[in-house]
Amino acid sequence: MVLTLFLVTAAASFTLATVYNFTAEPIAQAREAKRQNAISQVVAEFDRLESKNFLPPTGGDSLEFNFAYLNNELVGIAVNTWTNRGYSGRITAMVGFYPDGRIFDVVHLQHKETPGLGDKIEKGKSDWSDQFKGLDPASANIRVTKDNGDIDAITAATITARAYCDAIQRAYDTFEKHILSQTKEKGGLEL
Amino acid sequence: MSQWKNFTKGLIKDNPVYILLLGLCPALGVTTSAFNGLGMGLATTFVLLGSNIVVSLIKNLIPDKVRIPSFIVIIASFVTIVQLTMEAYMPDLFDSLGLFIPLIVVNCLVMGRAEAFASKKDTLSSMIDALGMGLGFALALTMLGGLREILGAYSIFGIQLIPGVSDGMLVFVLAPGAFIGMGYLIILFNYLKKKTA
Repeated sequence: MVLTLFLVTAAASFTLATVYNFTAEPIAQAREAKRQNAISQVVAEFDRLESKNFLPPTGGDSLEFNFAYLNNELVGIAVNTWTNRGYSGRITAMVGFYPDGRIFDVVHLQHKETPGLGDKIEKGKSDWSDQFKGLDPASANIRVTKDNGDIDAITAATITARAYCDAIQRAYDTFEKHILSQTKEKGGLEL
Repeated sequence: MSQWKNFTKGLIKDNPVYILLLGLCPALGVTTSAFNGLGMGLATTFVLLGSNIVVSLIKNLIPDKVRIPSFIVIIASFVTIVQLTMEAYMPDLFDSLGLFIPLIVVNCLVMGRAEAFASKKDTLSSMIDALGMGLGFALALTMLGGLREILGAYSIFGIQLIPGVSDGMLVFVLAPGAFIGMGYLIILFNYLKKKTA
């Protein structure tokens, strides 16, 4: 009896290990393609990427900064940011900045928001997230209008909109602290 | 029972969702669109087919006392295979279904067919049973997903039915719509069953 159960589990483990070996490479490729795709949507055309992690000043997990270069000139920074204030847990998004701090564009990466309501943060579902394009967080208030900000909330999904703003603000705060404030002292962006 | 009857029983007469009321968790959870329903249905069909074949092949080797744990290990292995394969080769489908794939392990439809059918019948019958039941499940999920998508978003398989209008009756996209839609489909299937019987 014990032997049978052992044999069943051993056979199952062996099969799974084999399948894992076969799929590990394509899975890594698919994830990398997804990341590259998100980056290319939020920064201008680039030919080289450099990644570095920075801790947000407000605490929590570090954010991945992807510096995009074209002919060795910095054209944009794509920040992989997150928030835990979503209606159903964590939302991750890719925020693209121009080197001067303005927002190029924002795309969501993962969320579990309500279908039909909160999922309007997705680019394909509605053009809601287009309002972030070209905003300069130094002067604009990245909050929903209910919180005296400049962002129109999503009807019936204020919490999701608020969370998305939180994620973008976190990306900007980190960007501001680690990069913008230093480049102002040096008088140019040197990385 | 002929193999043809064995195959077709899953579609209406013993439809897993609307008649046997098995596997309601994924049936209610993932059916926000016809495409999601179809994807989940086909993934479950694959797991069901794999587990039914293996269970019917080794049913005589497994002592009764450990048969349930063994079945669960077999089913869980197939689910993991589906999950890895889907993430590797169908990343878009994985994005919308990934969360629900591990739930196939506890889908009572798969366990139920292994215990009630495959552990007692020969391999060919078990295969046909799995295909019939799996397609019945896929049909059920696609119908519920389609109904919810048509009413909730005025589209089917992502194609807009009325150009320019995309805000449907929201309730059908949300959880209550799943229960309402399922209730009416249960009525329909019981009516069809009575008519064909």
